[in-house]
Parts: sequence; C-alpha cells; structure tokens
Amino acid sequence: MKKIISFVLIAIMALSFSSCGRASEYIGELHVYCFGDYFDPELMYKFEDETGIMVVLDSFDTNEEMYPVIKNGTADYDLICCSEYMISQLIAEDLIQKVNKENIPNLKYIDEKNLKMLESIDEGNQYAVPHTWGTYGILYNTDHIKKGEITSWKDLWNEKYSNQIIMLDSLRDAMMIPLKILGCSENTLSEEEVSKATDLLISQKPLVYKYANDATRDLMIGDAADIAVITSGEVLYVQDCNDHMNYVIPKEGTEVWSDCWAITKSTKNKEYAEKFINFMLRPENALANFEYLTYAIPNTGMYSMMDKEYLNNEVLFPSDETLERCETLVTLDADTRKMYSRYWKKFKAI
Amino acid sequence: MRKGLKGIYIGLVLLFLYLPIGTLMVLSFNEGRSMAAWTGFSLHWYEEMFKSRMIVDALYNTFMIAITAAVVATIIGLLACIGIQAMSNRSKNIMLGLNNIPLLNADIVIGISLMLTFLMFGISLKYETVLFSHITFCIPYVILSILPKYRQLSSSTYEAALDLGASKPYAFFKVMLPDLMPGVVSGFLLAFTMSVDDFVVTHFTRGAGINTISTLIYSQVKVGVRPTLYALSTVIFVLVLIILVTANIISNRKNR
Amino acid sequence: MYKRKLLASPFMVMILIGTIIPLCAIGYYGLTDELGGFTFENLLAIFEPDHLKALELSLILAAVSTIICFLIAYPLGLILRDSKLGEKGFIIFIFIIPMWMNFLLRTMAWQTMLERNGLFNSLMDFMGIPFVEIMNTPYAVVLGMVYDFLPFMVLPIYNVLSKMDKSVIEAAYDLGASKLKVLSKVILPLSVPGIVSGVTMVFVPSLTTFVISNMLGGGKINLIGNIIEQEFTVTNNWNLGAGLSLVMMIFIVISMAFIAKFDKNGEGGLL
Repeated sequence: MKKIISFVLIAIMALSFSSCGRASEYIGELHVYCFGDYFDPELMYKFEDETGIMVVLDSFDTNEEMYPVIKNGTADYDLICCSEYMISQLIAEDLIQKVNKENIPNLKYIDEKNLKMLESIDEGNQYAVPHTWGTYGILYNTDHIKKGEITSWKDLWNEKYSNQIIMLDSLRDAMMIPLKILGCSENTLSEEEVSKATDLLISQKPLVYKYANDATRDLMIGDAADIAVITSGEVLYVQDCNDHMNYVIPKEGTEVWSDCWAITKSTKNKEYAEKFINFMLRPENALANFEYLTYAIPNTGMYSMMDKEYLNNEVLFPSDETLERCETLVTLDADTRKMYSRYWKKFKAI
Repeated sequence: MRKGLKGIYIGLVLLFLYLPIGTLMVLSFNEGRSMAAWTGFSLHWYEEMFKSRMIVDALYNTFMIAITAAVVATIIGLLACIGIQAMSNRSKNIMLGLNNIPLLNADIVIGISLMLTFLMFGISLKYETVLFSHITFCIPYVILSILPKYRQLSSSTYEAALDLGASKPYAFFKVMLPDLMPGVVSGFLLAFTMSVDDFVVTHFTRGAGINTISTLIYSQVKVGVRPTLYALSTVIFVLVLIILVTANIISNRKNR
Repeated sequence: MYKRKLLASPFMVMILIGTIIPLCAIGYYGLTDELGGFTFENLLAIFEPDHLKALELSLILAAVSTIICFLIAYPLGLILRDSKLGEKGFIIFIFIIPMWMNFLLRTMAWQTMLERNGLFNSLMDFMGIPFVEIMNTPYAVVLGMVYDFLPFMVLPIYNVLSKMDKSVIEAAYDLGASKLKVLSKVILPLSVPGIVSGVTMVFVPSLTTFVISNMLGGGKINLIGNIIEQEFTVTNNWNLGAGLSLVMMIFIVISMAFIAKFDKNGEGGLL
C-alpha cells in the first residue's frame, strides 16, 4: 500500500514540476475570450513562438453568454471577440477600453467599408477592430428542396418543412427573423412588435428540428436537417463538403454583422492584446484565418493574396445593393433589454 | 428456459449500456467525419487529438485536479472519521447530517452557491477555486466509505499496541490504518471518480482558460461534435478500464 | 478523547466554508432584489407560468426516468443476486464501468446516435421500422437520463439484495408462499432502503439537470435547471436564479427527509 501512495505522490510532484517548466518558457499570458473555434489554432502557436506570450483561450456560444462574465468580472480576460451590438453595450458600460492605434500598425489593412459600418456603434473606430463579418440567411439542401423554392423568411414557417429546420438560438439574432417578417426594424423598441415577433417564434416551434448556433454547420454537413438559418461565413465550408447547398438572403432583408476584437478595461496585459490583434491583421494570417474559417475577413492586404473567385463571391462579399436591404444590430437600453429577455424566456418556456 | 430469459435480459441491458460507448470507439477510427458511414480505418483523429493543446491541457487539468482533490479529501475525511467517532451521539448526528448536505444536494446548487461565495468575497474564479470546490464535494464520499469500516474496528488492538509501549502515531499507522485501508482506498477512488466526472460544479467555478475534459466537451459540442472527441472518449474509456482493473486486482490480492 | 475530536476540525472548517456559507450566500441572493432589499419575489417567481411549466416538465421527466430506471434495475438486481456467473464482483463491475466514463461523453454518444442519419435510425431502417424522430424531443431527454443515471439505481439495489438474509426467503418458501408472494411480501419490503436510495440518486440529478436537456433537447426542452443556468450565464439575474435554486432545494430537502425516514443507519446504500 505504501508503494502505491508513494507512487501517487511522486506522480503528483512530477506532474506539477512539468507544468512549472512549461509556464517558465513564456514571458506572460494573454487571456482570450471568443466565439468557439473562431480562428486558425495554428496561428495561436505561431503567435506564441513569435512573441513568447502564452495564449489562454476560452470560448462562448452567444454574446449574451459572454456579457455576464465580463460585467461581473467572474474571470479575468484581456481580449474578447464579440458582435458589434455587444461592443457598443460594453462601451456604454465602460467595460472595454480604446486601443492604442500606434501599437497596431496593421490597422491600415482594414477595409474602409467595414470601418464605416462600425462607425454607428463605435465613433472614430476607437474600440473595436473587426475580425470577421457577414450576413444571416437561409441555407438549404437542394437534394431535398427545389432550388429557388425558398426566398423569404416566411418559408421557415411552411409546414411542409416540419422538423427539417434548424433555427438560431441566440436572442437578438433569432428575434431579427420574425421582426423582419413583420416589416419592423431588428432594433425595435416597441414592446408590441417584440410581443408579435415572439408569438411568431412560438408558432414556429413545432416545425423546428433544433435550435443551434455554431453547431448548425456540422448538422447541415451531416444531413441532419434540410434548412438552416446560418451565417454567410459557414456557407463555403458547408458547400465544400456538400455542394448541393444553396444560400439565400431572404427578400425581407437581413442582419449584417461584424465580430470585433476589443480589449477589456480590467486587463493588465494591454500590450499583449494589441500585439495579438496586430498579428491577426497581418495579411497572411488573415488569409490563414479565412481558409480555416471561410468567414469573410475585411482585410485589404488579404484581398490581393486571395483567389479572385472568392472576391467575387456574392455570399462572402455581398453587393452594395444587397447590403442596402440589411440592417446592423445596435445595443438597446437596459429596460428594453430586460423586455427582450422576458419575451425570449417566454418563447423558450413553451 | 428461464435461464435463457435471464441471459437475454442481462444481454439487453449490457447492449444498452455499451452500444453508445462502442459506437464512439468505432467511429474514432473512422477516416471521414460522418456519424454513420464507415469510410476507412485511420488513426488521424488520435493524432489530431494529441496535437490539440486544448485537449491535452484539459486532460492534464482533469487528472491533476482529481488527484489533488482526492488526496486532500481522503486525508481530511480520514481525520474527520476519527474525530466524529470520538464525539457524543448528538454531535455525531449533527456532523453526519452536515456531511449529507453536499451528498444529496444538486450539483447545480453546489456550483452556484460556491460561485456566489467566491465572488461575494472578491475572489475571482481561477484554478484554485475549482480545486477547492472539488475538495468540498469529495469529502462526504470519503467519509461515507471510511466511517462504516471505522465503526467495525475494535479499539482493543489499538489499545493493546499502546499498552505494549507503542507511541500513539505509531500505533495508528501500524495497527489501525492497515485495517481501515480498504475503506480509505475505496473513498479515494470514489472521490477521484466524482471529481473526474464532474461538469456542473466546474462549469460554475472555473476561471479563464481552466478547462477540464467535461467543460471542454461541453463547449466543443456547441461548435459541433468532431471525431477528435470520439478519440478522446476511447482514450478515457481505456484509461478508466486500466485504472479500475488494476485497483481491483490490488484489492483482491490484499483480501487474500 | 478531547484531542481526538479536534481531528475533525479541518472537516468542520471545510463544511463551514464549502457548504454552510455558500448556502447562506444563495439564501442571501435569493431573498434580496438587485438593490439588496429584502424580498420574497424571487421565491414566488416559481409561480410564474414560464417557471411553473419548466418545473412541471422537470418533475414529469425526472419521475418517468426514475421509474424506468427502477424497472430496469430491479429485475437486474434479482438476476445478478441469484446468478452463479463466475465472480459476482466482476459482473457488477461490468455494469458500473460506464459510470466511470465522463458523463458528457456518454450524453454526446446519444447525440451522435440519434441524429437523423445516426446509427439508431440506420438500425431502425435496417429492421424495417419506420423512421422515428426522437432526437430533440422529451423522449431523447428521458433516454439520456436513464442512460446516465441507471448505474446509480443498479448499485444500491444490488447491494441491498445481495446482503439480504437468504434464510428469511427460504423460510417464506417453507411456509408455502408462492414465488410472487415471496417477491412482493418479503424481498421487496426488505429491499426498500436500497430502492429509496436509488430513487433519490436518480431523481435528484434528473430533476436538476440542464446538460442532458441542452444536449439532447436541441434547445426545445426547457427544464428548471436550464432556467436557473440561463439566469446565471445569460440573463444575468442572479437574484432570480438563486431564488429558483432555493425552491429547487425544497424538493431536495423533501427527498432527504424521505431517505432519512427509511435509512436510519445513515450509511446509505451507496457502495
């Protein structure tokens, strides 16, 4: 018995020494909090080799899930990546800080068009550095559904597709869909409109196979459902595995979103965070991210290295005409947010 | 005839228990990503798994936390058993009642209550908070497995050792502890298992970048189930099997 | 003797910091509003239709899973008890090995199997049973609960049955009782402690889970555990979350009282 105990103790000591050894190779740590699987993991190792900074990565599924962590300071993160409406909320609550543009020379590569889109939530582009952007639309499998059959968000309420639909599982994005059908703004403040939208979502529930966000991609590839609401970034990836997939932006218009890097107010490693952002903006790294994620990345340096075919791809880079039908989410005041959550909970409970 | 029926019943339950695990194990050797179609044998997913630092780190964290928590819990639990047994019946009952709280309480309540406590006292969540929480919920299992053994123990051998001039610690380690050992080992193993298997408490008390296997799987499943997770399941299953079989052999040999 | 009692002090400190203070913390949050004022609102919130519905569904699903677990485990316990299959330790070992496998992986396994073109449907297809879609329905959640918690039912029941005094049963036979009668009048009543502890060990985690409903319910099954988890991780209303947890604890206390009534030795049927 003693032998076992001493063996266990030795094992513990060996393990703890080996972990000490690993930490000492690095000059510091950078805690990154971002959407799941949102950049090429190889880049993480490359960054560590280049700078000697260890990246500690954590992921979340929705913006709403990230917010309490940052707000309550339950864990200390240096750098986050989230959607623009959440960025403006974090700015308003003084939870993120301005970036020092001198430390991020690669900012020059960012597409002017995207910076302009962000002006509405971040005046002068002082806080947020865009990582990816895209639209929401409907992806459907043309093996089971005739091409061109789906043109409108209303088709997601067609009983013909019962149990074949994958819907979004994130509050604001999911609310956007019925609001668009009702012809309202996705940023509406009217309780009446939100209530009607909730009723629509509830009426759709029996038809829905699953509510999911990031998992949708693999479910569609695995042929688990025929129709899914998905972001434009996943489309190329899905089509790569199954080219009978068609993506359509519904005629009612949709949401255009940007996910951005931002540095938390509480960070003690601002420099590291800026180094990381700068690293991600380097054209060849942006390209690596694009190839890994297939999300559109607004990096002009990358455009010149990319296949022309991709640049002209309407799904990745929607035309200005399409973009005119789109709207960006903005943050809502606290009371309206509570109102939205109340209706969301009601929808979830039924 | 009846025997056959019983056999079928056992077989069916075993099938129900092992079919999902078996499926994962088979799929982990599948070349493609499909969940149903077999496209060829490959060790590709294992390679990717061991290359993924997140998975390796999570494995390391899980076992590190489990071993530390189980060792600490076993020591505290063993001491507690000795102490509790020396108490009056009334306080003994109070102690056992308190011990039962974490045992019967829901994981989610334990996790939330610990998280609230840490944050109330201004402790931000990190590795240590997870470790502390694991020790907390492991102790009752240790006490539960040691106490019955301790009760069966007659104090006469211990006292005899003292009469023969042994010092108290010497008598404890040489006379008492060997008799308690089966309880201590099973308590340790139980604590270890509970810690490895825990998701909910870790989910609420973990800090930045602290992933155990459970929390990693939870976040990965949200992105989509990848075959690397199947490979992970296989590795864990085989590991667990080895540990349990070894523990069984050792304890069997002891009993003989 | 006094000194020996002191050995329990690390344990008492851990119980104080790790259990009693946290429970007070939950009580504090549950009984105050966002501004720190005293209120019962968070407790009474359980009567809101959304919450009531979730609680009702949780109770139903937990009860159904517990009953199914019992119906599978009891005959199994009887068979294993009578069996002469080699060493008994080995056979019970086989039944609890899955318990040692990470419970998220076990749940994930069902997710993989139940998807539209997963193994389950392929098997059904192969056997000519028409396409049944149980993924993302309450059935899938119950299946997950039964699968995950079955060993917790098997173990205590088997323990009680195998320790039962055989002479009592033989006496019943000698007195002319039929097999059914022996089962219902002798074996079943004597195994109550094991059953009770098995029932609690399945019922409580099923009632409070949010992981299984998340992974196998596709976001459509909202249990009370999900609501509480959402209050902490998404809606960010800790007071409400703590209040609902308090309500849930009432149910746990009820089952604790239940177990205390039957299990007077305080040892439980566990391992």
